[in-house]
Amino acid sequence: MNAKLMEKSFQSPRSPSTTRSRHRRKSTEAFSDVVKVSDNNLLLNDQNKYRSMWVRTYSSVWMLLFFILVVYLGHIYLWGMIVIIQILMTSELFNLLRRAHEAKQLPGFRLLNWHFFFTAMLYVYGRILGQQITHAVTPEKFFYKLATSFMKYQMVICYFLYIAGFMWFILTLKKKMYKYQFSQYAWTHMILIVVFAQSSFTAANIFEGIFWFLLPASLIAINDVAAYFFGFFFGKTPLIKISPRKTWEGFIGASVTTVIAAFFLANVLGHYRWMTCPRRDFSTGWLECDPGPLFKPEIFELPREITQVLPWKEMLVLPVQWHALCLGLFASVIAPFGGFFASGFKRAFKIKDFGGSIPGHGGFTDRMDCQMVMAVFAYIYHQSFVIPQYYPVEILLEQILRSLSLEDQELLVSKLNEVIDGRHLTH
Amino acid sequence: MNAKLMERDLQSPRLPSAARSRHHRKSTEAFPDVVKLNATDLLLNDQNKYRSLWIRTYSSVWMLLSFILVVYLGHLYLWGMIVIIQILMTSELFNLLRRAHEDKRLPGFRLLNWHFFFTAMLYVYGRILGQQIRHAVTPEKFFYKLATSFMKYQMVICYFLYIAGFMWFILTLKKKMYKYQFSQYAWTHMILIVVFTQSAFTAANIFEGIFWFLLPASLIAINDVAAYFFGFFFGKTPLIKLSPKKTWEGFIGASIATVISAFFLANVLGRYQWLTCPRKDLSTGWLECDPGPLFKPEIFVLPGEITQWLPWKEIAVLPVQWHALCLGLFASVIAPFGGFFASGFKRAFKIKDFGGSIPGHGGFTDRMDCQMVMAVFAYIYHQSFVIPQCYPVEILLEQILRSLTFEEQELLLAKLKEVIEGRRLEH
Repeated sequence: MNAKLMEKSFQSPRSPSTTRSRHRRKSTEAFSDVVKVSDNNLLLNDQNKYRSMWVRTYSSVWMLLFFILVVYLGHIYLWGMIVIIQILMTSELFNLLRRAHEAKQLPGFRLLNWHFFFTAMLYVYGRILGQQITHAVTPEKFFYKLATSFMKYQMVICYFLYIAGFMWFILTLKKKMYKYQFSQYAWTHMILIVVFAQSSFTAANIFEGIFWFLLPASLIAINDVAAYFFGFFFGKTPLIKISPRKTWEGFIGASVTTVIAAFFLANVLGHYRWMTCPRRDFSTGWLECDPGPLFKPEIFELPREITQVLPWKEMLVLPVQWHALCLGLFASVIAPFGGFFASGFKRAFKIKDFGGSIPGHGGFTDRMDCQMVMAVFAYIYHQSFVIPQYYPVEILLEQILRSLSLEDQELLVSKLNEVIDGRHLTH
Repeated sequence: MNAKLMERDLQSPRLPSAARSRHHRKSTEAFPDVVKLNATDLLLNDQNKYRSLWIRTYSSVWMLLSFILVVYLGHLYLWGMIVIIQILMTSELFNLLRRAHEDKRLPGFRLLNWHFFFTAMLYVYGRILGQQIRHAVTPEKFFYKLATSFMKYQMVICYFLYIAGFMWFILTLKKKMYKYQFSQYAWTHMILIVVFTQSAFTAANIFEGIFWFLLPASLIAINDVAAYFFGFFFGKTPLIKLSPKKTWEGFIGASIATVISAFFLANVLGRYQWLTCPRKDLSTGWLECDPGPLFKPEIFVLPGEITQWLPWKEIAVLPVQWHALCLGLFASVIAPFGGFFASGFKRAFKIKDFGGSIPGHGGFTDRMDCQMVMAVFAYIYHQSFVIPQCYPVEILLEQILRSLTFEEQELLLAKLKEVIEGRRLEH
């Protein structure tokens, strides 16, 4: 049984789908045994834990190095990486609940899934792409006109693509396969909604400043690693029935570590303009900007109890570090529920892993489950607490300059003038 | 078997859920017979068709009368009607795939569904409610401040409500019921997304002017009725396997009837300011406004071939009538796919009707299936082709007044003036 576990860890990253289904059937048999073993012996007593830790560390280091490289390269490449991860996750999930027998009788059904995927891509990224093209290219060129008319009618175009897929689905309904087809249709929608919501928010975060993508993602990784090691050395009390390998010691230790790490990591990251400056266009060169009041150091007076213990009376704190504490708290307490959801889902449908691409970790969806919850929170937090506090006028100003013609802008100025004068008169 | 059909049609509108499930089981037995019957004998030969025609007409007339009353009462009551229909549809759909046996072992699961429903309500209608409160109430009052802070943090509040539901779901996962619970969770999400998207768009249409809600809804009804009567008198060739009662003769006849009536109905409706004026606040009184260029009659010179046999050389056409032709075309050709989808869904899961509330028609979802597709299209059409042509400055002005404080608005005005001055100096 342990040999089976080892086999799973070392399997090749990309098996053809038939081999994968064989692996999955093997894993299904292995799964119930693993569950029984883990219920009795926690990670502390697992004989192969050092070996699996080594495999996990090895692939984690490679993923980390690759990630650092992409961050160095810049916003566009980061965005590209997000898109690629998204495609891989969607493939994993599409393949997950397909049943080979029914799928043979429905040629073109897979194509329908990818049609909806393409429509979602166009809807989510079309606006960003269009905007960046209008920023980067002069108004006379053909691309500019194409981009502007696409952006103008983006909603209609995407809607008609969706309706075409909807009609295609209805026209290909086959007798006796209705239930399978409807389930697959619902499944496709759920996948696309979940994957695209979080990845569009992630992309928006990236273009606001790599800081707002890197900090949350790092906090999730730190929380994972800290939970693993705290559980490895101190783990005794099980945390939740769904994930039998998680322990309360790991959870609490990781929470404390994550919040503290958030505070100091925000300080380190906040010093680099590469991280803190927003990117308004598709350029890839160096970034210069005024990072704004969030990233300017302020003096913070330490409370008396701490000054008695430490030699410093005050320290330099970037205001963003206080926001980072909130992010850290969320990452350690609430984001793990994404992982529990994925675990419960795998048990409900008797799957061991979402895919087999990453040795020791499972598939991309296994790695991204907590990241997804965190990315959405980071975006909402940023939109609600950071931007309105600091940048509201800039956003609207840019929108006006971008979407209105010169005459319309002057018309807007005169109307706004009217309203404001009218208000001055009444008060 | 025919007696069973009659029983079903005459049943009382609101049955307790146990009785409803009994009826559902009866309907499931009745269903395969009905299908066989209709496959061989189309509506033309159904002996009871005159009786069911009478029942359908009776309930349709009542629905029409109450609808006209609500339109007369105004935007606010229309919106209220939409919300009530939405709640009824959601109840029908929530009850549809529940299994009583599993449900007894999961107390509070139904409450979770309604928690997500409440969160969606707050998310979709919170902004409209907040905006209208701000328009209607002076800035010093408590409600104004409450509404402003709610709108400012609406996204965060709704997100945390959703996350609370998510965590509650995970913490109540019970062994051996994982699959049922995950399926119900996905089902809840799909229902809420489908129902709320279309009702949010419907509500937006209403506040743009009752015309943009009334015309699409009427076109769907006209298409339904025309298809029914054309099929009744001329129906011979079956249209699609999914809905054996539909015929090509009904489809084509209804399409022509719908497009023609769209043209003339738009003219009739476009003359009433009650229908064409947008409503900016929650008031219920009379509306006065400049309806805009779309509703001002223009002279249209009839082409030579038509002037030869009709006495008129030219007719007064409201520009909106050309838009109405597009709406009519969509309503007759594409919106029926919503009905086919619902039929396929019912067959896939072996259900006769979504509910039993309306005699002769089934449940609310049965009535609303095509309306939902049409409402989304009408909203997207309006946003893409009607508004940008006429009112871009208005949109941005409203956005400025809505999202910035007074000081910020003045700051924006100053900056905008700077930019325009700078541009004028350059040229």
